[in-house]
Amino acid sequence: MTLSFRPEILWSDALLFLLLAALAVFAWQVGRHEHLREPWRRVGRSRMGMGAAVLLAAYALVGILDSLHFRPALPAEPGQPVHYAAEVHSVLDTLVGPLRTQVEETYSAPLALHLYAKETMELPDGRQVRDFPRLKFGGAHLAGVEARAGDIAGHIGMGLLAGGVASALALGLALVFVGLGAGPQGPSGSPGHLGITGAWSALSRSSSLAGLRAGLIVLCLLLLLAAAVIQLAPHYHILGTDKVGQDVFYLSLKSVRTGLLIGTLTTLIMLPLALFLGVAAGYYGGRADDAIQYLYTTLNSIPGVLLIASAVLVAQVYIETHPELFDTAAARSDLRLVFLCLILGMTSWTGLARLLRGETLKLREMDYIQAARAFGISHLRILGRHILPNVAHLVLIAVVIDFSGLVLAEAVLSYVGVGVDPVTASWGNMINGARLELAREPIVWWQLAAAFVFMFALVLPANLFADSVREAFDPRAGGQA
Amino acid sequence: MLNYVIRRVLYAIPILIGVNLITFALFFVVNTPDDMARIHLGAKHVTPEAIERWKVEHGYDRPLLFNQEAEGTGKLTETLFVNKSLALFALDFGLADDGRDIAREIGTRMWPSLAIALPTFLVGLAVYISFALTLVFFRATYLDLTGVVLSVVLMSISGLFYIIGGQYLLGKLWHLVPVSGYAPGWGMFKFLILPIAVGVVSGLGDSSRFYRTLFLEEIHKDYVRTARAKGLSERVVLFRHVLGNAMIPILTGAVVVIPRLFLGSLIVESFFGIPGLGSYTIEAIQAQDFAIVRSMVFLGSVLYIVGLLLTDLSYTLVDPRVRLE
Repeated sequence: MTLSFRPEILWSDALLFLLLAALAVFAWQVGRHEHLREPWRRVGRSRMGMGAAVLLAAYALVGILDSLHFRPALPAEPGQPVHYAAEVHSVLDTLVGPLRTQVEETYSAPLALHLYAKETMELPDGRQVRDFPRLKFGGAHLAGVEARAGDIAGHIGMGLLAGGVASALALGLALVFVGLGAGPQGPSGSPGHLGITGAWSALSRSSSLAGLRAGLIVLCLLLLLAAAVIQLAPHYHILGTDKVGQDVFYLSLKSVRTGLLIGTLTTLIMLPLALFLGVAAGYYGGRADDAIQYLYTTLNSIPGVLLIASAVLVAQVYIETHPELFDTAAARSDLRLVFLCLILGMTSWTGLARLLRGETLKLREMDYIQAARAFGISHLRILGRHILPNVAHLVLIAVVIDFSGLVLAEAVLSYVGVGVDPVTASWGNMINGARLELAREPIVWWQLAAAFVFMFALVLPANLFADSVREAFDPRAGGQA
Repeated sequence: MLNYVIRRVLYAIPILIGVNLITFALFFVVNTPDDMARIHLGAKHVTPEAIERWKVEHGYDRPLLFNQEAEGTGKLTETLFVNKSLALFALDFGLADDGRDIAREIGTRMWPSLAIALPTFLVGLAVYISFALTLVFFRATYLDLTGVVLSVVLMSISGLFYIIGGQYLLGKLWHLVPVSGYAPGWGMFKFLILPIAVGVVSGLGDSSRFYRTLFLEEIHKDYVRTARAKGLSERVVLFRHVLGNAMIPILTGAVVVIPRLFLGSLIVESFFGIPGLGSYTIEAIQAQDFAIVRSMVFLGSVLYIVGLLLTDLSYTLVDPRVRLE
């Protein structure tokens, strides 16, 4: 059988799927144990936490869609074996369709009909004029600028209508969910007895459903926005175009995956190292402790940016001198991304390891550990059954807190020239490319603005979510503020 | 005290050797001098002779760890490890790949770095602590809540945004200060305002939140209640008691960075065109000048260890219970 496409799993995709699988196992574990579920319920009741979670989920969706890569089949002669394109596409590319292919000549402002720069054009009668040429795609269906406002309003109106219907559906689902008593602690106590009005009053007033309510509001706003964008985006460049005419909105969407990968893969790489070394140092003490402390003091004393920069430089030289290892440009830039995560992971495990060492030192002296040891239970078993579950909350808090920092670090590293590959879509590269254009008149602001807004809309909910996770899991943070 | 300092300095030696080994492994083993030569020569000019010539010119024409051809102890000392890596211990940085003396460059470039980093650090510390104390003074009110929300929002914004926004607003739109540049002497003042302001603002969210948590932790302790019960005013409670007792964690975070201020900030310096060590490092990274990067890594580690020592010493100043022996 011949498929019309061939799935292509890049290194980063494989790692991302591994991470998702780990998350699923983690969620399944949490679901089975009441005492593990409780803190998550607290997160679920927090308005900030749930609102942020919905936004993060939207980003995750975009990132995952963009990680399902494939190579489309080229039109083949009958009887010939099918060849696949050298270019790697993702499901997201297919979904956004025209955004990827509608490339203009150069810069154009958001929603513009004309290019940013004047060009010499030849009129039908042979005369030459210098003017702003019309865009090939952005608003090409319009006769002139006068028709634009009405057209945009029409599209947005249609979008809001569709978004409203989707929101109503979501609201309806939530009502059914609450009405069936499946919601967290339905006020009547007994499931299945809330009518539609009862469910509505519970959803709009009950304080235990505050998290769900906040999440719903964010979801509805997001649906409205997304529907309007979906209506508008095929006809205009809603965030303008960049230097080579690519749609800035499309680039921003593609950058989501890069940002998420940097934030999550780094953790995936650093976690085993931090867990193993931190817990081992605290539990075994003595020589092992000395050696591990020496290791992380040494790594810590090297300035972080410089260590990352040197390692990336070295990797860069390696990639440049061994071009035979990479068959496509995508594989090459992808490997550099994975390598960046690896380096970030290798340099950022020290903080968590130190934290875990301290906590394990404390736990080691606890009565129940002493008892376990007196019973002759092996070290490995004590570590696995008694120590690990008791430091898990520290790990979780560290992971969610690190995420936002890593997303921001990507932009800075890409600026320094030791970030992701210049051809990889990333917010850092967008900022880097647009920075020099600020001096132009009128200024090219949209590329910068898009990168900053997209980053902010990811990092702010990440920070808020991290806060509510910390509050729910950290026994000390419970009382205050 | 002196004994303690001496012991700490001795303890620093194995760490610096570790740093040295890591950089050696990164720059000489993973990437051999041949690779470096290839990168610097460019693809067109790579011939075995050219590589040899480049290595001789830059002093990389020795074996890594063991020199078969040398006599006596020269077998161990006439090597890249001793000449390029261990030499760093004597602060002998050698020549950059462009032939300039690294030590001299560091000597001249550290002053502009310091001119930015030191005021940023001091003003920042003052601003963050006052802001955090204000929030704590108004704790559990809407003002506190607003402050916390503001902090979270501020720390969610990329640091690059503050720089670009500041340059555009203050420099280009309002013409208050030059967008970038540097002048020696008194003329530097107008060039410094913007980088310092940007540096302070970009740390505001993170640091104030951290300090606020510190102060809140203190304010629930018994001695604060006692102080209030004695009838002390909130001002005295906050400034003398809470601030005084929160000094240890504040110092832990703050003192360790002081020696590293010499190195400057990579990003700020390169955006504002300050000829300091930060922009020196960035240029070296972009030009793939490994000699400079290696020197800066080592220097940074030395300064960090000095910072750790200073931190311990500073504890004796603020906490009479701490005795170093």
